[in-house]
Amino acid sequence: MDMSTIDLLRDIASGIAFAAGAVFLLIGTFGLIRLPDVWSRLHAAGIVDTVGAELMLVGMMIQAGFTQATVKLLLISLFLFITSPTATHAVANAAFIAGIRPVRLRRNEAAEVIGETAKKAAKS
Amino acid sequence: MTKAVGLLIALFALWLALSGYFKPFLLTLGILSCLFTVFIAARMKLLDEEAVPLQLRLSLLLYWGWLGREVFKSAVAVSKVILARQMPISQQLIAIPCTQKTEMGHVIFANSITLTPGTVTVEAGGGRFLVHALTEGFAAPEGFAEMDKRVTAVEVR
Repeated sequence: MDMSTIDLLRDIASGIAFAAGAVFLLIGTFGLIRLPDVWSRLHAAGIVDTVGAELMLVGMMIQAGFTQATVKLLLISLFLFITSPTATHAVANAAFIAGIRPVRLRRNEAAEVIGETAKKAAKS
Repeated sequence: MTKAVGLLIALFALWLALSGYFKPFLLTLGILSCLFTVFIAARMKLLDEEAVPLQLRLSLLLYWGWLGREVFKSAVAVSKVILARQMPISQQLIAIPCTQKTEMGHVIFANSITLTPGTVTVEAGGGRFLVHALTEGFAAPEGFAEMDKRVTAVEVR
């Protein structure tokens, strides 16, 4: 296998990753507009900043090969892996504390968690 | 002491990865700046198991691989919900029990739930997490129990 074949395979692999990432980014953005309230929209945003962004980064890593750029991209994806759920949780928690509840809520077990927090706060 | 050395090694590895310099003079400067950072962190009493989580098992890396697959699977499921003509959402706020002992374990489990599309951790209290799920399917307790077991296995050496 000569160098041009490897380059071709690399281009195909990164192309697949970019295309899949773009599809997930599009679906996530579409969901962000289409879903009814802040709670359900959080899940659409979750698709965008986990699978969409990570697949784009994977595509870039395949393009960069074994270089320093790949190490940096790996670090970016690691930080994204840790910071994006933290930000999502902060938004969800703020909405919960502000008293916003999901529309057409089917099951609500909030009392099981909050009740015990309130009890613990009263004890300490 | 172990934590200081661990932080020094991690910082210097990060310095090397981001700078890419291997000249002796610059390497010396890099080591000096890392030593200074560790000194400041020790002075601020930041060298605990939150800043330098050496207590986590190395199988955390395997857990990340498993989590990546789960994230992909549920991203596809959420995409199907979004693209369906009548979006079949039935939102739920459910209480999920967690069996981790340490704060770091709780953070890993809660962040894993949030990272998976379709579920978001909202609040914690009394050994339970309040989780918002997009549909009935994402609220299945078996999936959470499996993730809970795996996180508990990696939290303490």
